[in-house]
Amino acid sequence: MAEKKWPEDWQEVNPGCIVFRPGSSRDYHTGTWRAERPVWDNSRCIKCGLCYIFCPEGCISEDADGYFAADLNYCKGCGICAHECWPLAIKMVEEE
Amino acid sequence: MTSVELLALAAIGEGRYAQGFPSFGPERRGAPVEAFNRINDTRIKKRQRIYRPDVVVVLDPGLISLVNVSEGLKPEGLLIINTSKSLKEIEKHIQFKGRIALVDATAIAWKELKVPITNTTMLGALVKMTDVVKLESLNEPIEHRFGRIANRNLAAMKLAYDEVHLA
Amino acid sequence: MSKRIGMEIALAAAEAAALCRPEVIAAYPITPNTHVPEHLSEIVAEGRLDAEFITVESEHSAMSACAGASGAGARSFTATSSQGLLYMAEILAIVSAMRLPVVMIIGNRALSGPLNIWNDHSDIMSQRDIGWISMFAANGQETVDMTIQAFKIAEHQDVMLPVNVNLDGFQLTHVVEPMFMPDQEEVDRFLPPFKPLAALDPDHPVTLGALGLPDIYAEACKSREVTLLNSKKVILEIWKEWEQQFGRKYEPIESYKTEGAEVLLMTMGSMGETAEMAIDELRQEGVKAGLLKLKLWRPFPFEELQKAVKGAKVLAVTDRCLSYGGAGGPLALEVRSALYAQKKRPAIVNYIIGLGGRDVMVDHFKDMISRAAKADTEKPKEAYEFYGVRG
Repeated sequence: MAEKKWPEDWQEVNPGCIVFRPGSSRDYHTGTWRAERPVWDNSRCIKCGLCYIFCPEGCISEDADGYFAADLNYCKGCGICAHECWPLAIKMVEEE
Repeated sequence: MTSVELLALAAIGEGRYAQGFPSFGPERRGAPVEAFNRINDTRIKKRQRIYRPDVVVVLDPGLISLVNVSEGLKPEGLLIINTSKSLKEIEKHIQFKGRIALVDATAIAWKELKVPITNTTMLGALVKMTDVVKLESLNEPIEHRFGRIANRNLAAMKLAYDEVHLA
Repeated sequence: MSKRIGMEIALAAAEAAALCRPEVIAAYPITPNTHVPEHLSEIVAEGRLDAEFITVESEHSAMSACAGASGAGARSFTATSSQGLLYMAEILAIVSAMRLPVVMIIGNRALSGPLNIWNDHSDIMSQRDIGWISMFAANGQETVDMTIQAFKIAEHQDVMLPVNVNLDGFQLTHVVEPMFMPDQEEVDRFLPPFKPLAALDPDHPVTLGALGLPDIYAEACKSREVTLLNSKKVILEIWKEWEQQFGRKYEPIESYKTEGAEVLLMTMGSMGETAEMAIDELRQEGVKAGLLKLKLWRPFPFEELQKAVKGAKVLAVTDRCLSYGGAGGPLALEVRSALYAQKKRPAIVNYIIGLGGRDVMVDHFKDMISRAAKADTEKPKEAYEFYGVRG
């Protein structure tokens, strides 16, 4: 997990609370706690990309072959991708 | 309001101080309005409506039967009225007992400007009666404001300057 | 070379703003302020100013557009009054929190209820706590000067806060009077180009308008407050620069005939000029009265106030606004707080005057001063007096 650097004292707060460093939201791993995670069965996947579109976290991406997977650093296990996958290629599996 | 602005600019052009402002409020073309000037050689500090003027200029002859045009006018002040009538004929509408000057500005405006708009014309009458600014000081503001028709306005102003008379 | 001109003050304010080369102007008309954005739109249309003039459909959109433009690194400007200011109220808070140096001219007009388009200070006073720098102009010259100063103050690296310049609606906006208008070369010399803290740029992404959780919000507030308080130093420096370049002096509180004064009168805005006449007459009559004209409202000039009232027995504070349900007008409330901890302070009397554009006259000021004069020995019964109210 990436280290969070929060301003502590008022002097450390950026003027206007401007975040000068781009991409800082990547440091905040939202996938550190999950009850279930999605698993793709590529034999059923028809590469429609609906799971990528519906993911509210935007953490599903397409690989070089056109199949999809979730970045588990950010996946919260909400199950929307599995719910929307009408070929039923995605199964929500319990985390150990 | 135009006459008030031109007068203010004329005084300012002479290096003096002036305020020109309308009776504040929602306005429309054609409704009776009041506008005010203060002219002074030193900085003017008063920021309020004028309640006791030294001079009142009435641009529209119809107003005298509608309102008391001389309300607040100082007893030693001057009332200048645009009218084609004689003082005897309009006396009954006027409460003021001091100096009154008359000029038929509407006729002059029709002649020179082809419209019954008497704002610049009446400035000529005002200057003749009070010397509040030099007549030439109005040239530049009028030229700037009226462009092509400035000459006709200046002519109307000069005619009123010559024709205005104490009643 | 500055030229002495005669011009309606609202138009002059627009000309002054145009000299500062704003890049985005987003405004919506409202009486009595309309001539400011209207004239600016003419200046842009005539090609005299290269700016994006956005004819927004409301004041809320006007300030939102200015916020976005400023966030993208453009010098932004707007103008409004009264209900228009309230309409943009939520964005006012955001603009100052985000440290966007937007400049706004406010033609002070009474807040509605009953609908009133005439002058008083209730509009800006309803927004006094929102973190903007606030100045009050008392005449046409101050309007022109403060408009130009506002950009430099707002964009100073140690400030980066929005600034509003207040001028009395109608009493100032609609008056033609003489003033010196600087030329483009002089303003370019005075005002450098805008260098924002950060600008929205796809090549260099930043986040503007972040979320602040409870554990950081208070620290963000303190950071903002310290900046606003420290901006006074910058304002004083910039006023010194102005005096050096243009020969006109500005200070947070201007004192008029206060030497040896026992009773002081305090005003904000154009009624201070009429008050000068009252002081002149009283001094002629042998009354030891003086006048304090407040020009800098936020950040409030605590030290200057404490110094200015030294030795006076009574301070009569006039407010062109009432804080309903409170202890009087905003200026008096501020002044009382500012002087509370002082061991020696004048008795403070508060008059609410001029609401809804009612004329405040020389005789009124003289009357207020003569009645306030006894306040140090006979404590006034009320916290404030609604001067001249019938009934």
